[in-house]
Amino acid sequence: MPAAVVLGASLAYLLALFGVAAWADRRAAAGRSVIGNAWVYALSLAVYCSAWTYFGSVGRAASGGIAFLPIYLGPTLAMVLAWLVLRKMVRIAKTWRITSIADFIASRYGKSRLLAGLVTLIALAGVVPYIALQLKAVAGGWAVLTGPASDGVALSPSAVALIVALVLAAFTVAFGTRHLDTSERHEGLVAAIAAESVVKLVAFIAVGLFVTWGLFAGPGDLFERALAEPALARLIQPAADAPFAAGSWFTLLLLAGLSVLLLPRQFQVMVVENVDESHIRRAAWAFPAYLLLINLFVLPLALAGTLRFGPGADAETFVLALPLAAGQPALALLAFVGGLSAATGMVIVEAIAVSTMVCNDLVLPALLRVRRFATRDPGAWLLPIRRVVIVGLMGLGWLYGRVAGETAALVSIGLISFAAVAQFAPALLGGIYWKGGTRDGAFAGLAAGALLWAWTLLVPAFARSGWLDMALLEHGPLGLAWLKPEALFGLSGLDGLSHAMLWSLVANIGLYVGVSLARPPSAREASQALLFVDVFEQAADERVFWRGRARVDDLVALLARFVGAERAQALRPAGAAAFADPALVQRTETLLAGAVGSASARVLVASVVDEDRLGMADLRRIVEEATELRQRNRQLQELDRLKDDFMSSVTHELRTPLTSIRALSELMRDDEQMAAAQRTHFLGLVVAESERLTRLVNQVLDLAKIESGHAEWRSVDVDLGALLEQAVSTTAALFAGRGAVVELLKPAQVPPLRADPDRLLQVLLNLLANAAKFVPAGSGRVRVRLQVKAASLAVEVQDNGPGVPPGQQALIFEKFRQGGDGSSRPPGGTGLGLPISRRIVEHFGGTLWLRSVPGQGACFGFEIPRVHKNEETTP
Amino acid sequence: MLTGPASGQRLVALCALGLLVFNGPLLRLWLGPLALFALWAALITALAWLLERGGGD
Repeated sequence: MPAAVVLGASLAYLLALFGVAAWADRRAAAGRSVIGNAWVYALSLAVYCSAWTYFGSVGRAASGGIAFLPIYLGPTLAMVLAWLVLRKMVRIAKTWRITSIADFIASRYGKSRLLAGLVTLIALAGVVPYIALQLKAVAGGWAVLTGPASDGVALSPSAVALIVALVLAAFTVAFGTRHLDTSERHEGLVAAIAAESVVKLVAFIAVGLFVTWGLFAGPGDLFERALAEPALARLIQPAADAPFAAGSWFTLLLLAGLSVLLLPRQFQVMVVENVDESHIRRAAWAFPAYLLLINLFVLPLALAGTLRFGPGADAETFVLALPLAAGQPALALLAFVGGLSAATGMVIVEAIAVSTMVCNDLVLPALLRVRRFATRDPGAWLLPIRRVVIVGLMGLGWLYGRVAGETAALVSIGLISFAAVAQFAPALLGGIYWKGGTRDGAFAGLAAGALLWAWTLLVPAFARSGWLDMALLEHGPLGLAWLKPEALFGLSGLDGLSHAMLWSLVANIGLYVGVSLARPPSAREASQALLFVDVFEQAADERVFWRGRARVDDLVALLARFVGAERAQALRPAGAAAFADPALVQRTETLLAGAVGSASARVLVASVVDEDRLGMADLRRIVEEATELRQRNRQLQELDRLKDDFMSSVTHELRTPLTSIRALSELMRDDEQMAAAQRTHFLGLVVAESERLTRLVNQVLDLAKIESGHAEWRSVDVDLGALLEQAVSTTAALFAGRGAVVELLKPAQVPPLRADPDRLLQVLLNLLANAAKFVPAGSGRVRVRLQVKAASLAVEVQDNGPGVPPGQQALIFEKFRQGGDGSSRPPGGTGLGLPISRRIVEHFGGTLWLRSVPGQGACFGFEIPRVHKNEETTP
Repeated sequence: MLTGPASGQRLVALCALGLLVFNGPLLRLWLGPLALFALWAALITALAWLLERGGGD
């Protein structure tokens, strides 16, 4: 195919990518974001499928059958837990404006610059070869497509790789370094990545469909013909007794499962660019479904390619070579564009993620040490630095690919990268579930893991590339056999990857846990541990682990240097307070962390404030205070709700009598011929309802006064016996009207009681009126009994009414809850008598109770101590 | 409803089941590509069912 066509198609595709990104950015600016969607989020996660998937899987399948699958089954299993693990990571990152995996780990362990730097270095070591691999894959595809007899435009693969690297650097700079605050979303970029995921899926499936149904008569035919070849039959259906590399399979599963969370680009799209936590719910299954789809035709392509080109052919080019050989150059071009999109998506996101880390965690800390730089305007430098780092990273990738040349196969570089980032797992996952992890533990684990990774994986790869003496692999350094990189401490019989993972993870986890346990965490580590592990249990402002003095002006000025004056001023609290409260200091630091990373933000904030060193005791106190505050807030909310309920009940209760008064009055106004007797009856009802209304209003006011503590209480010696007699005689007419008999039992001598006689009379009258209401007409019997106890007086009012069912016994003391059902209840009650009585009795230190067996009447009673605690406080 | 610890336990159980099915001795039973893809699809379907029918929590 003419090179000009391929070049034109590639540049047109990349231009379209710019278009998509610019369009999405414009939409976002207009407030109509395209990435606020779970499907776009799920597609963006598919940046996992790089050129390594696109070309490399077929290569792996051609030699090992289904051995390529764990790379995709691992992420599937990891995503099963995404709703639990990833959601926690997203919540933490959003709360603290964390912008990279290095920042995440450093922030967890007390915002350690050391840790941030180490994680960045490990990521860098893993990512540069990986980028080289993508560029190389594109260049390789180019070579296949243009063929040896190139016309006109003669470009070496290396030149192609350089062009791609430069275009991608331009794209990444244009859409990945728009804002200084990296915790802001890169709308255009994410939209472009999602679009790329569609392109590579469509292209790969198109080739798969063409090969399966175009070159063969469907999968049945293809598999049948493959089974006829013994070498291929082994790939499809291994014999039951064939040796199966279970260890290697499990290693790949674990490695891929961890990488899907820990690769810098995955962390970027999954955590940093996440718009809405709820999107994880769909992405958790849609992303594995994508992985399944893109792998459906891997084995068919591997089989078809081997059948077509013979067992010795380069299987990694089958995706392009098959359509080309079948005389379908257009399809081959589509396949190339698909591979290009797989490579570019990975390179762009990885470059942004790593450039953020390098800038914030390596370059900036070094620059802040230089006094001259720190006092100037470091904020203005950040974006240029990030851009230079991106270009530098692309250049490094290209250079590495050029130097490494054809020495290592595609798949092995990918796996070496996976193994590097897997070293983050203990510190990161341990850090969000275990509060005991410390900075030293994380550092020791990471450092040991990285060293062992380099020794057991990188050194062998370098040796095989001819950069190191092979004798190192065969005999160990200086002839020390126990240090042989591929059989460390004599451990042999494992494949290289499993051997490396075993040693590096054992050392990593062992040191992380061991060193963490050797020394208790410092206050700063412990506070960050609390914020991370318990992220779902509190809002950011509820726990502020900072004490000291800070001037608002200093904080705003610091922030303005990094996030702009406008956003900095927005932080300024209302009012003219000169000194900032701890929550404001924490907010400043969090905002700053979004721009420069948490470790540098900590240093910058510390440089403008005067802070106290917190100890573990302070920490415990802060946590206790926060918990207390939380409880109090909850109580206040509950009170607020009760008040609302009360108000709506009151209005409801007021409306009932008002409605009948109004209805009756209107009837009388409109009907001038109404009989006098009828009118008198109506007027009687109006008066009764008005009285009820008055009573209700009075009781509401009374209750409000008592509850608010504004009621006036007298405290004098009260003769409860005499008070009872007065109450019984006051209600005598009421009982007589119902034909009921009242019996009063009291001792001859009743000691005096310190209380307010008017209030007590109110309670007694209420209980008696209640009894009068519920006794059966004509045969009512009410017994009132006063008992003198050692330190208190008790009164009981027993009736022979229907009693109160057990389910209602607690309710009738609540406001507006009246006993009985609407039809059997005597009219005139307000539902406030008992609640008021109970509060009065309680005011005098007593209790009001109800004992009732349905069918045997109800017994209301109260007991009041003769001397109560409120006596002294109110004159 | 996907709320509270029960939903989390279901996800963990599904992950454990996946690890079991795609590993070790059991894997030998379905080393053919067709069976593996079918199991894979079943796992994704189960996951989608667990997650999508859950309300907001």
